[in-house]
Amino acid sequence: MTSTNTKDPNAAVGLEGGTVIAVSRRARLAEFWYYFSQNRGAVIGLYVFIAIVLIAIFAPVLAPHSPTMQNRGFFLLPPVWEEGGNWSFILGTDAVGRDVLSRLIYGARFSLFIGVVVVSVAVSVGILIGLIAGYFRGAVDTVIMRVMDIILAFPSLLLALVLVAILGPGLVNAMIAIALVQQPHYVRLTRAAVMSEKGRDYVTAARVAGAGNIRLMFKTILPNCTAPLIVQAALSFSAAILDAAALGFLGMGAQPPTPEWGTMLAEAREFILRAWWVVTFPGLAILITVLAINLMGDGLRDALDPKLKRS
Amino acid sequence: MLRFFLSRLALLIPTFIGVSIVAFAFIRLLPGDPIMLLAGERGMSEERYQQLQSLYGFDQPLFVQYFHYMTDLLQGDFGTSIVTKRPVLQEFLTLFPATLELSLSAIILAIAIGVPVGVIAAVKRGSWLDQTVMGAALVGYSMPIFWWGLLLIILFSGILGWTPVSGRISLLYFFPPVTGFMLIDSLLSGQPGAFKSAVSHLILPTIVLATIPLAVIARQTRSAMLEVLGEDYVRTARSKGLPPRRVIGLHALRNALIPVVTTIGLQVGVLLAGAILTETIFSWPGIGKWMVDSVFKRDYAVVQGGLLLIAAIIMIVNLIVDVLYGLINPRIRH
Repeated sequence: MTSTNTKDPNAAVGLEGGTVIAVSRRARLAEFWYYFSQNRGAVIGLYVFIAIVLIAIFAPVLAPHSPTMQNRGFFLLPPVWEEGGNWSFILGTDAVGRDVLSRLIYGARFSLFIGVVVVSVAVSVGILIGLIAGYFRGAVDTVIMRVMDIILAFPSLLLALVLVAILGPGLVNAMIAIALVQQPHYVRLTRAAVMSEKGRDYVTAARVAGAGNIRLMFKTILPNCTAPLIVQAALSFSAAILDAAALGFLGMGAQPPTPEWGTMLAEAREFILRAWWVVTFPGLAILITVLAINLMGDGLRDALDPKLKRS
Repeated sequence: MLRFFLSRLALLIPTFIGVSIVAFAFIRLLPGDPIMLLAGERGMSEERYQQLQSLYGFDQPLFVQYFHYMTDLLQGDFGTSIVTKRPVLQEFLTLFPATLELSLSAIILAIAIGVPVGVIAAVKRGSWLDQTVMGAALVGYSMPIFWWGLLLIILFSGILGWTPVSGRISLLYFFPPVTGFMLIDSLLSGQPGAFKSAVSHLILPTIVLATIPLAVIARQTRSAMLEVLGEDYVRTARSKGLPPRRVIGLHALRNALIPVVTTIGLQVGVLLAGAILTETIFSWPGIGKWMVDSVFKRDYAVVQGGLLLIAAIIMIVNLIVDVLYGLINPRIRH
C-alpha cells in the first residue's frame, strides 16, 4: 500500500499518510472478520461454499464417471445403501444410466458459473446506471427510475421466462435474462447510496480540488457505497442460482444433456414415484449451495451494516 | 388521505404505459415475422398473409399500431388466443380465481405461522427456539420450491398416499363454478366429500407456495420486533407493570407490524412468480401454468396479454399496500 492510493477516501482528501492508511485498512479487514466470524452460520456457510468451489474446480478429478456417459445395463440404479445399489455408482444412476454423483459434481460448475456471470453483469450495469441516476438527478434520473419500475412490475421469473422465449432457450440466454431482471435492485441501491453521499464534505472538498464528474462518481463516491452492494451481491448470487435452476426445470434454461441441477430435475420429474434419488439429490445440491451463500450473506450484512452492528 | 391515494395512482400511469410498451414490443421483438409466428408451424398462403397483416395492422407504422393497441386495451380487448381462439381476457378471468385461491391460502398460511413465530423468536432472542426457527426460516428462504413440491409429492402422495398428485378437485365431482373458488363452490354444491377433496388438493400446493413468503415474513417480523422491543415506550410500558403479554401484543407488535405489512405486500410478486412453478408441478389450472404453457405452445397473443394483466395486478396490489401503509403509519402520508 503506498501513499498515492487514491481509492481510499481519506487519501483523496489528503489527510493521512501511507502507513496510517495501510494500518487502518488492515484494521478494517480485521474488524470485518471479527464481526463476520461472530456469526457461526456465516462461517459454516463460507466453509461449505469453499468446498463447493473446490468441487467445481476439481470436478474432472473427483467425478468417478463422465457426466454424460450412459452405462447400459445400469438404468435407474438405486444409491449404494439401498437394495440393489452398486459401489461404482454411489448415488445411483438416472434413466439412461448416467452416474448421478458425477453429474452433480459437474453441475456445481454450472451453478457457480451462472452465479458469477449473472452477478458480475447485474452489478456492473446496475452500478453504472445507478451512479448516473443518483449523481445527475433531474430528468435522467426520472427516466431511469421509471424504466426500473417497469422491470420491477413483472414477477422476475415470468419476465426471465418471456425473455428466454424471445432469445431462445439455453444457458447463456437464461443468464442474460436473469441479469437483466436483477439489475434494478443494484440501480436502486447505488442511487440511494450516491444521493446520501453526494452532499458530504469530502465530496465537496474533492470537487473544489478540481475533480471532474467521472472521478467524483467512480473514485470519490463509489468506494463509500459498497457495503449494501456487497450484501445485495451475495443475495442475488443465490437468487441467480435458484432462478437459473427454475428456468432449467421449466425447460428454458440449460438444455439436456447438460448436467445443470435444474435441468437434471426436469429430466427426473417423470420418475418421481419410481426413483426418488434422481429427484432428491439435484435439489439437495441446489438447496445446500443456496443456503451456504445465504448464510454468508447474513454474515456479510452483520459485518458491514453499522446500524445492526450496534444492536 | 384521498390526495395521498390519488398521487400514488398518478405515479402508476407512466409505469403502466411503460409496461404496455414492453408487452407491445414483446411480439415484435421475437425473432421472425410476427404473422408467421402467429400462424405457428403450419405456414400460410401469400394471400392469407396479406390479409392477416392488414387485420393485425402490422403493415402500418409502429406508433399507429401502438395507438390501436392501446385503444383496444382501454376497451378491454387484450387480444385473442391463437390456440383456443378465445379472448385472452376471458381466459384470464376463468383461470385467475384458481391462482387467487392458491395465493390467498398460501399468504394466509404464511402470515398465520410467520408472524407468531417471528414474535416468539424475537422475545426469546438467542434461545434454542430462536435459533431453530431462524435456521428453518433460512432453509425455507433458500428452498428451490419446484424441488420442494416434488419431495412433498413423493412423501405425501407416493409413500403415504394421503394427498392427490395434481388438479383442484377429484374428477368424481362436477359442479358449475359459482365463485371460481373451489373451496366455496364445493361447499355450495352440497355434494358429500366434495369439500374434503378440494381441501386435500389444495394443501400441498399451498405449503409449497407459502414456503418462501413464510420464511421472509418470519425473519422480517423478528427483526422488526427486536427493533421495537428496545424502544423507550416499550420499556415504559414494562416498568408501569403491564403484563408481558400486553406489552408484546399491544405496544410492541402493533408498531413492529408496520414494516411487516410492506413485506407482505412485496410478497405478491414472489407469490405470482412462485405460482408459475407451483402450478406447473401440481397441474393447477391457474394463470402461472397458463403462461408457461402459452410460452411453450408459442401462443404469443396470450403471453402478451397475460404479461400485461399480471403486471397490472402487481401494480394495483402495490398501490393498495402503499395506501394501507399510509393508513397505519400516518407519518409518511405527508
